[in-house]
Amino acid sequence: MGLKQKSADLKKRMREAVKGGGTKAIEKQKATGKMTARERIMSILDNKSFHEYDLFVKHAGKDFNMDKKYLPGDGVITGTGTISGHPVCIYAQDFTVAGGSLGWAHAKKITKIMDHAMKMKIPLIGINDSGGARIQEGVNALAGYGEIFYRNTQASGVIPQISVILGPCAGGAVYSPALTDFVFVVDKVSKMFITGPEVIKSVLGEEISMEDLGGARVHCETTGNAHFYAESEEESFSQIKKLFSFIPWNNEKKAESFPKRGPKTRQYKIENIIPSDPRQPYDVRNVIKAICDDSEFFEIQELFAANIVIGFARIAGQTVGFVANQPLVLAGVLDVDSSDKAARFIRYCDAFNIPLVTLVDLPGYLPGVDQEHSGVIRHGAKLLYAYSEATVPKITVIMRKAYGGGYIAMCSHHLRADFVCAWPTAEIAVMGPEGAANIIFRNEIKNAENPDEMRKQKVKEYKNKFANPYVAAAYGYIDAVIEPSETRNFLVHALEISESKHEHIPDKKHGIPPF
Amino acid sequence: MKENDVLTKKVKKVSYKSLLIENIKYRTLLTKKYQSRKPYEKKDIKKITAFIPGTIKKVYVKPGKKVKEGDKLLILEAMKMKNELLSPTQGTVKTVLVKSGDMVSKSQLLIEFE
Repeated sequence: MGLKQKSADLKKRMREAVKGGGTKAIEKQKATGKMTARERIMSILDNKSFHEYDLFVKHAGKDFNMDKKYLPGDGVITGTGTISGHPVCIYAQDFTVAGGSLGWAHAKKITKIMDHAMKMKIPLIGINDSGGARIQEGVNALAGYGEIFYRNTQASGVIPQISVILGPCAGGAVYSPALTDFVFVVDKVSKMFITGPEVIKSVLGEEISMEDLGGARVHCETTGNAHFYAESEEESFSQIKKLFSFIPWNNEKKAESFPKRGPKTRQYKIENIIPSDPRQPYDVRNVIKAICDDSEFFEIQELFAANIVIGFARIAGQTVGFVANQPLVLAGVLDVDSSDKAARFIRYCDAFNIPLVTLVDLPGYLPGVDQEHSGVIRHGAKLLYAYSEATVPKITVIMRKAYGGGYIAMCSHHLRADFVCAWPTAEIAVMGPEGAANIIFRNEIKNAENPDEMRKQKVKEYKNKFANPYVAAAYGYIDAVIEPSETRNFLVHALEISESKHEHIPDKKHGIPPF
Repeated sequence: MKENDVLTKKVKKVSYKSLLIENIKYRTLLTKKYQSRKPYEKKDIKKITAFIPGTIKKVYVKPGKKVKEGDKLLILEAMKMKNELLSPTQGTVKTVLVKSGDMVSKSQLLIEFE
């Protein structure tokens, strides 16, 4: 055979392999409203940038007549490409080939591209669409999952890892996405659970639909397993591209800087957003938009624990991570879910050199038996841990209330914030005036002729004396009291001078955060 | 109206609720999770409930039967395991609400003592 024939042979082999599960299976995939694995990769990556690996890998199954079957690519497509010119590693499970089931060779392809991502120090994107372990391959399928989990863990905090759930992802398979940094889901397409509705029904007698058990909405709203919700695969892909514009390519780099742009001040003015009465709600995301470049805020986990807001924005062209109490929802309290959500985000920012900006306005922790019994102590501790441990620049703005333990937890100076400023509307106190007055003046109130009147008077007294930023300022617990309109300038300056911040934590193998 | 529709600004009108924290009433939105949380109930030693959903395989007691602490009350099969439910206290059985073969859900009342 000459080169010509050999080339023709190669083309023929490639044509066969890229067909995946064949026309029928592809039609079936399309009928459920899903794109094919190959289309997905092409849609995420820059045009013509995809370079495929291991197209000709053969599966390893020998039992149950599997040796007679040809499974193109063994149900997964792997390779490298670029997003906005930056290199990434990517894999996509191909549901049209044996239901995207994971066998030994399938897993080997995935772990190979993961190793590649680690060696090159570039991000990894995993697209999940799989029926689960290939039962015919037995324990080798389990081994495959284990090898993936191990690599996810080793790569955690070194390269960004994102998971896109575009089909079923059930049983052990869910733990790879759970170990990665960000999980993207699509309405009616994504399904994640450990045990499916059928097993739950037969064992426990509980009936639930797949969508209600582990659909996109559930994981965004209730479980917090997913970070980004989209109505369509295309929307999900544009979210992924947006995310990559904010994060660095690995933990030794800083996020790409963009030209500096001011906020849209006509639309977002802090003075118009914040009610001065600390009991009145407002949407803290508008404050972020009033501060950041172009008023562009990329929110993460918008639907989960909405009493705290997290996400990326840019200030003077640099990516920062915002953590903000949200008075619009549950008055912005800290609780189990919000502590969990914020703590993980803080650790992400710290691992990837993204400065943290914390906006404080909270009444404290959510009271209740369910909170106490769900472990608000251990979950709440995660937030203290994450802030204390973080060595990236930490800037805190106290807008209104900062009461009690909430004040300490929200990146106070005591947890080593680098800069803390407060607005004149700030109230930094051991607790809210009503509660404090009730305790301090208990006897006076009880013995007064008119206890209600006395309580009101004492609350007023306490408010006048302590419900302000100046007591904390007098001790140096806040660095400056500034006009709200000066906030952006304050942040720009703080980020500028912390450009080469370098802080060491004590030598250790690793800490023991209250997981 | 879903609370999240409010967040995503799909709905213009917002109905705030109040949340009391340390004697201060805050105007705010409540989450689905918060509103559907289970109110705390003190455990009643005289009420035997299913600690796991499953199937009743055998009932050892009838109303009027006197039992000691540790006596067998029934077998609840769940996750392919036969669990013997023992009496947590000494007393007289008042009512038995299940029979062999019944499927029960978690926390369902099974037996009541006098």
